Amino acid sequence: MSVEVQTGAQPLDASPSGRVIVDRALVARLKLSDVSFRIALTVAPLIYVALIVALFLMLAKGSSEAFAKFGLSFTWNSVWNPVTGQFGGLPFIYGTIVSSFLALLLAAPVGIYAAAYLAEFAPPLLSKTLGFMIELLAAVPSVVYGLWGLFVLAPIIRNYFGPAVQSVLGFLPIFQGPIYGIGMLTAAIILSIMILPTVTAISRDLIQAVPAAQREGSLALGATRWETVQNVLLPYVKTGIFGALVLALGRALGETIAATMVIGNRPHISASLFAPGYTLASVIANEFTEATSSIYTSALIELGFLLFIVSLIVNGVARLMLWTIMRQR
Amino acid sequence: MAEVTASRSVKVRHMMSTLGTAGTAFCAGLASGLLLLLLVYVTIQGIGALNPSFFFDVPKPVGVPGGGVGNGILGSTIMIGIAGLLSAPIGIGCGIYLANFGRGPAAAGVRYLSDVLAGIPSIAIGLFAYTLFVQPFGHFSAFSASVALGILMLPLIVRTTEEAFRAVPSEIREGSLALGLTTFSTTMRVLLPAARPLLATGLILAIARVSGETAPLLFTAFGSQFWETNPFAPMAELSLQVFTYAISPYAEWHRIAWGGALVLIVVVFLLNVAARVVIKPVAKSR
Amino acid sequence: MKIAVARRALVGLLALTLTGPALAATQLTGAGATFPYPFFSKAFYEYSQTHKDVTVNYQSIGSGGGIQQFTQKTVDFGASDVPMNVDELKTATAAGGPVLQFPDTLGGEAIAYNIPGIKTGMKLTRQIVADIYLGNIKTWNDPAIAKINPDLKLPATPIVAVNRSDGSGTTYIFTDFLSNVSTQWKAKVGAGKSVEWPAPSSVGGKGNEGVAGVVRQTPGAIGYLELAYVLENAIPYAQLQNKAGKYLLPTTESIRAAAASKPNCTPTNFSIVDTSAPDAYPIVGYSWMMVFQKPADKARAKMVRDVLTWLVTQGQPIAASVKYVPLPDIMQKQAISTLQKMDV
Repeated sequence: MSVEVQTGAQPLDASPSGRVIVDRALVARLKLSDVSFRIALTVAPLIYVALIVALFLMLAKGSSEAFAKFGLSFTWNSVWNPVTGQFGGLPFIYGTIVSSFLALLLAAPVGIYAAAYLAEFAPPLLSKTLGFMIELLAAVPSVVYGLWGLFVLAPIIRNYFGPAVQSVLGFLPIFQGPIYGIGMLTAAIILSIMILPTVTAISRDLIQAVPAAQREGSLALGATRWETVQNVLLPYVKTGIFGALVLALGRALGETIAATMVIGNRPHISASLFAPGYTLASVIANEFTEATSSIYTSALIELGFLLFIVSLIVNGVARLMLWTIMRQR
Repeated sequence: MAEVTASRSVKVRHMMSTLGTAGTAFCAGLASGLLLLLLVYVTIQGIGALNPSFFFDVPKPVGVPGGGVGNGILGSTIMIGIAGLLSAPIGIGCGIYLANFGRGPAAAGVRYLSDVLAGIPSIAIGLFAYTLFVQPFGHFSAFSASVALGILMLPLIVRTTEEAFRAVPSEIREGSLALGLTTFSTTMRVLLPAARPLLATGLILAIARVSGETAPLLFTAFGSQFWETNPFAPMAELSLQVFTYAISPYAEWHRIAWGGALVLIVVVFLLNVAARVVIKPVAKSR
Repeated sequence: MKIAVARRALVGLLALTLTGPALAATQLTGAGATFPYPFFSKAFYEYSQTHKDVTVNYQSIGSGGGIQQFTQKTVDFGASDVPMNVDELKTATAAGGPVLQFPDTLGGEAIAYNIPGIKTGMKLTRQIVADIYLGNIKTWNDPAIAKINPDLKLPATPIVAVNRSDGSGTTYIFTDFLSNVSTQWKAKVGAGKSVEWPAPSSVGGKGNEGVAGVVRQTPGAIGYLELAYVLENAIPYAQLQNKAGKYLLPTTESIRAAAASKPNCTPTNFSIVDTSAPDAYPIVGYSWMMVFQKPADKARAKMVRDVLTWLVTQGQPIAASVKYVPLPDIMQKQAISTLQKMDV
C-alpha cells in the first residue's frame, strides 16, 4: 500500500490533487484501540453484576436450611418462636409492607405538591434553597431519625395526636386500641420523612422537564396556573411520578435502624395503626447477633432473602415505569 | 346572565388557584421545616457535648472524665476513604461503559441491577461482607466494613458518572474523535476532565450517603475504644458509636451520642453544600 | 486551658502518625453480653493503665453474638449472661477444642415501672409479675396488686409489658425466673434469650436502654432492667417478694444473698433465680465468660489468661464502683481454677 503519511496528518485530509491520504495502519490502530478499550471497560460492569449475583446467591444459600424445613409456608406462618424453633415470616412481611405503604401514602401528596411548588410557583432562589433543604433530609443519619422519633414524635403521638384522632375516628378499627406512642403509625411517619426527598427531587425534575408548549398551551386556553399543574402537568408526568413513588417505596422497605427504634418490635399482626409491629429489616438487625442455632440464623437470612426479592420486584416495576415514560418522549 | 355566571366561576377558579398554590407552598414549607426541626433538635441535644476533648479523645469508661469520639471520627474517615477507593474505579468504569456503550439489553440489564442494589437494605450487604471478609479471616476489620460501604456507594457512583458523561456536550466528543483521538483517549483526556466536576459531585453524595450507615458495620467493623489505623483490625466508627452510646444507661454517654450525631449531620451537610454549591457553578462556567 | 487543648490535639495527631511502633501493645478482642459492659469497660481501661503491653477491645454485641463470634474464632474470648447450652458447646468444641466457662460478675434485674404518682418501692409478688407478662393481669388497679399495696393509689391504667426485642441474656434470666414461679409460663413460653411474648400489650425495646426509654415514656409500662439502668436513669422499681415471702429491693446485699444460697454453681447448673434464702432477691444471675482450653496462639492466650484472671480477682472491686456485685469467694476460686486449665 502506498501511504503518504506524516505523523499528525489528518486521515481524511483531501490533498490538492483530490487523492485521499488514508493511513490504514493508523486506522487499524484506532479500531484496535477502540475495541480493546471497550473490552477493558467491560470489566467494571462485569465485576459489578458478579457482586450483585453473589449477594443474591449468599442470601439464597443461607436461607436453604430454613427453606428446607419450612418451605413456602414460611411466608404465611405467624409464629416466631426462637425457643421452640418455629419460625414464620408473615408478621414481618405484614409490618414491612404496611409501614412502607403507609409511609408512601403520607409522603406522596406532600412530596408531589412540594415538587409542584418548587417547579412552578416558587421564585428561583427560593426554589433552589428549599429544594436543597428537602434533599438534605436524605442525609440525616438513620439513628438520628430513630432517636428523634422515640423521644420527640412518640410522646406527641401518645399525648396529643393519638387521642385526638381516636376521639374523632375511633370507630375505625385502624384507630382503635391503646396508644403507646411507638407503633406502626409512628414508624410510618418517620419513614415518610425519610423518603420525602426522593419523591420531591424526582418529581420536581420531571415537572420541570415538561415541554413549555404544554404549559403555555394550557395557560393560553384560559386555565389558571393551579389548573395547569393539576390538569395538565401532573397527568403528563403521571407515569414518571408513579415510578418515583415505587423507588421511594423500595427505600422505605429496606430501612432498618430508624424503624426498629420506633415500631415497637412486636411480631404480631394487628389492625390498629397504634399497635406495635415489626419489619423484616428490624428483626434481622435485632436478632441476628443472638441467633446461635443454625436454623434460627437460617430463618433470619431467609427473611433477608425475602426482602431482596421484594426489592427486586418493587424496583423492577419502578424502572419499567420510568423507562416507559422516557421512551415516550 | 351568562356573563355574571362566567365571571363568578372565574372568581372561584382563581380562588381555587390561590388555595392550590398556597397548598403546594405549605407542602414545600412542611418538608423543609421538618429538616429544620430535626437540625434544631440535634443541635440542642448535642451542642453541649462539643469540646476539644470530644474531637481528640477516645471514649472513656463511665465515671472517668473527658472522653470523646476522636477514634470514631478517624475510623469513619479511614473506612469511608477505603470504601471510596474500592468503589470509585468500578463505579466510574461502569458509568463510562454505560455512557459510551449504553444502548442495548445488556446495558439495560446492568442499569436495572444497579437500581435494585440501591434498594437492598444495608444490613444484607453487611452480612455479605461478613461472609466474605470476616468469617474466612477469623477477625473483624475496617476493611470488611469498607467493602460493605463501597457496595452501598456503587449505585450512586454509577448513576452519576453516567449522567456526568452524558452531560458533556456532544460537540466536544465528536470534535475529539474527528481530530483522530481514539475512544480511549477521548474518554480519558477530553471527556473525563470535562465531566470531573459532576463526577466529584457523585462521589461526594455517595460518601454522604454512607457516612450515616450503622447496620452494615455491626458485623464488620466491630468497633473499638482505641485509636486504630490498621485497616485489617477492628476499628471505631462514628455512627456506630452514636448508636452504641445512645442505647447505654449513662447520661454522659447520651450526651456524647448526640454530639456525635450533630457532627455527622454537619459533615454531611457540608459535603452536600460543597457538591451542590461549590462544584456545580464551576462546571457551568465552562 | 488552651495549651492543654492544643497539647491533646497534638497527642491525637501523633497517635495518628506513630501507629506502628507506638501501638506495639497487643489488642485482645472480646465480644458478648451488654450486661457487664460498663464493668468491663472500666476494668479493662484500668488494666491497660498498669499493663502497657495489652489492650482489650470488648464490644457488647449481645450474649448470643458473643457465643457466635467466639465459636467463629473471630474474638479471643466471649461473654454471655447464659453459659453455652449443649448444642452451642458441641459446635464450639468442634470448632476450637474444649471450652472453658467461668463467671465474672453478678447482677440483679429490677422490675421498673411507670405509674403516675408511684415511686420506687411498690410491692409485687412473683406470681403477679408472671401474670402481668402472661397477660392475665391487665390494669394496675387489679385487686391482686391493690391487696398488697393498700397505701398506694393505683390507677386504672392498662399495663404495657415491655420486653427486650433483641435476644439477650437479661431476657433469659428473667424468663428463667418466670418459668420457675409459674407453671403456666413454663408450659406456654419457657426460658430463652428470645421468646414469644404472650401478653397482648407487650412491646419490645431494643437493648436495656430501649426498654428503659419505652418504660420512661409510656405511662403504665413495666419492664425488666439491669440494676445499673434503673439506678442511672432514676426509674422507679419494685420490691419483689421472694420465695421466703419477704419483699426486697434489688441491692448488693440481696443479690449477694441469692448467690450465697447456691454456692456451687457450674456452667451446667447455673440458675440462681428464685432461691429460698430469706434475704435473697429472686431475679439474679451470673455473667459468664468463655475461652478455649487449647488455643492455637499460645502467646496470645497467655495474655488472655492473665487479663481475665486479673478481672476475677483484682478487678472485682471495680465492679462495685459501677454498681455490679463482686463474685462470692467460692465462685471466684472456681473462676481462677478454670482459667488455670488453659493450656498456655
